[in-house]
Amino acid sequence: MTDRLTTRFAACKAQGRAALITFVTAGDPDIAAMPAILDALVAGGADIIELGMPFTDPMADGPAIELANLRSLGSGTKTKDIFALAADFRARHADTPIVLMGYANPMLIRGADWFADQCKAAGVDGVICVDIPPEEDAEIGPALRAAGVHLVRLATPTSDAARLPAVLKSASGFLYYVSVAGVTGKQSAAQASIDIAVGKLKAATDLPVAVGFGVRGPEQAAAIGRIADGVVVGSAIVDIIGSHGDAAAPFVQDFVATLRDALHIRETAA
Amino acid sequence: MTDTFALPNSLRSQPDANGHFGAFGGRYVAETLMPLILELEKVYKEAKADPAFDAEYAELLRSYVGRPNPLYYAARLTEALRAKAAPGKGAKIYLKREELNHTGAHKINNCIGQALLARRMGKKKVIAETGAGQHGVATATVAALFGMECKIFMGAKDVERQKPNVFRMKLLGAEVIPVHSGSSTLKDSMNDALRYWVSNVHDTFYIIGTAAGPHPYPELVRDFQSIIGKETRAQMLEAEGRLPDMLIAPVGGGSNAIGMFHPFLDDTEVAMIGVEAAGEGLDKKHAASLAGGKSGILHGNRTYLLQDEDGQITEAHSISAGLDYPGIGPEHSWLHEIGRVKYMPIKDDEALESFQTLSKLEGIIPALESAHAVAAAEQVAPTLDADKIIVVNLSGRGDKDIFTVADALGVEM
Repeated sequence: MTDRLTTRFAACKAQGRAALITFVTAGDPDIAAMPAILDALVAGGADIIELGMPFTDPMADGPAIELANLRSLGSGTKTKDIFALAADFRARHADTPIVLMGYANPMLIRGADWFADQCKAAGVDGVICVDIPPEEDAEIGPALRAAGVHLVRLATPTSDAARLPAVLKSASGFLYYVSVAGVTGKQSAAQASIDIAVGKLKAATDLPVAVGFGVRGPEQAAAIGRIADGVVVGSAIVDIIGSHGDAAAPFVQDFVATLRDALHIRETAA
Repeated sequence: MTDTFALPNSLRSQPDANGHFGAFGGRYVAETLMPLILELEKVYKEAKADPAFDAEYAELLRSYVGRPNPLYYAARLTEALRAKAAPGKGAKIYLKREELNHTGAHKINNCIGQALLARRMGKKKVIAETGAGQHGVATATVAALFGMECKIFMGAKDVERQKPNVFRMKLLGAEVIPVHSGSSTLKDSMNDALRYWVSNVHDTFYIIGTAAGPHPYPELVRDFQSIIGKETRAQMLEAEGRLPDMLIAPVGGGSNAIGMFHPFLDDTEVAMIGVEAAGEGLDKKHAASLAGGKSGILHGNRTYLLQDEDGQITEAHSISAGLDYPGIGPEHSWLHEIGRVKYMPIKDDEALESFQTLSKLEGIIPALESAHAVAAAEQVAPTLDADKIIVVNLSGRGDKDIFTVADALGVEM
């Protein structure tokens, strides 16, 4: 089976730049608006799509993504709509990886095997489950691995040398470095601390390392892209969707293009 | 009882090394919190093995909280129920008087213990979530006692319906942060407390108010609350020379109930009833996660939750703010599944009725939470022989609820 995530990270590396990973919440503002928004991400230059599964209680998220969750659920988004959306995207974009990001309860309510099968059938490449740490891997890890779907693990500023092996043990696809001890989109980490942390992570794993949480704009993306293999931008895009609703796609595309251009600066400047 | 699952020799030996009570419990938290959770587990193990920790805890319970509180024979309530029961029926009802604790509820037992752990870990700031405000007041109280900075997250709706407790917390020096997200009640205050904690994990200790959340919280909260059951056991042996036949306690998250039940779990002759809030009825809005929910993951543990077919959490409702939560502590989920404890739903109007009954018959105004347990006792006692003994955990006093009750009864204050 072709591994779209590995292939994409390798392709970006060959181009001498970090991968641009863009996050939106599925069903925000509503499911009907999503195909245009996802296409806009790709057209703007996103390498990987992180698709948030809305949850009533998104306790790892700051206000921007929390509101996106509520907008999505308020417009009636169901889990089956999200898989249909992903499958539909996969039919239009054969090579762009999709990673589902969300919370354990909506993922596991029908059982881990059901969820893993749905991911596989819809062409989902990876899963980030915010509230399943390695200690509870048995809840979701074996089912995803059996289905050939990556379970992406998170490292954080609190992942010290004692903790890191536990995180890396079941990590696959890429390693997601949460650059601030906090919720999504609230504050940004000092670049120096990100550089140090990413350096340590890259020494400890061969997986690509992507950095997210608090990455708001092109300059910051460029700075992080100089050291990391991937840069995740979420809340800043979600804010645009929050402002423009159904008409957000062109604004999203323009913003994503500025991020992508910033990541290109590295290869010309380097 | 499931026949595929072998029960341990003692029902008091849970959780396992990974914090699981059968299929429930566990540690479902963001990676950022994991190192702290693991450290807390280690510190708690050391504290448990340290006689000095236990001695300080016991002394604070004695001299500051006012323990032991009495086990009181509610003669007039017992007689009133016997008068309506068949001849020879009507169990004797005792009340465990947790409402006489400093701050007016069982919550302080746990807060003292966790504040001692916070100090042991070198944390000078504490946060807590609160529903009715009882846990918020108890946390603000111990924060004052230990000289710690304190922030209390409280649903905006609860800030509105529990004004006296909000003012108490402020008097005690705590900052009360109204939470406007979601349904603006207990679960949302827990979400925001978790958000704050994950952002301030380096210097902040989260004093969780109920026997839920990620391991080791359900275990340590239960242990700190087990003083209720231990005292009840000793006091009952002294008063009656034997163990009670039945224990009844209200269950929101379920900390007072697990504290009362746990020391008796291996005494097979002692029946136990946990009382869930059935709100307007199980077919309408309610907060009975065992009767009306199913297993899921929220707030760090796997347990019974009120949720829809997609795993979205549904809003709980109870007239009692302290029971207005869509989940329950994981040990209760396990005790429910193995059948050791029976869980019984009691509706808002039944609790309101018992709130007034206990006030008039015994001169004790119970918290609305506790009134649910009194209502259950009023239903069960007349079905039992007169020589049977029931203990009701009177988990808190009702002063905080008089505005809610007046409103429900249509009384202008």
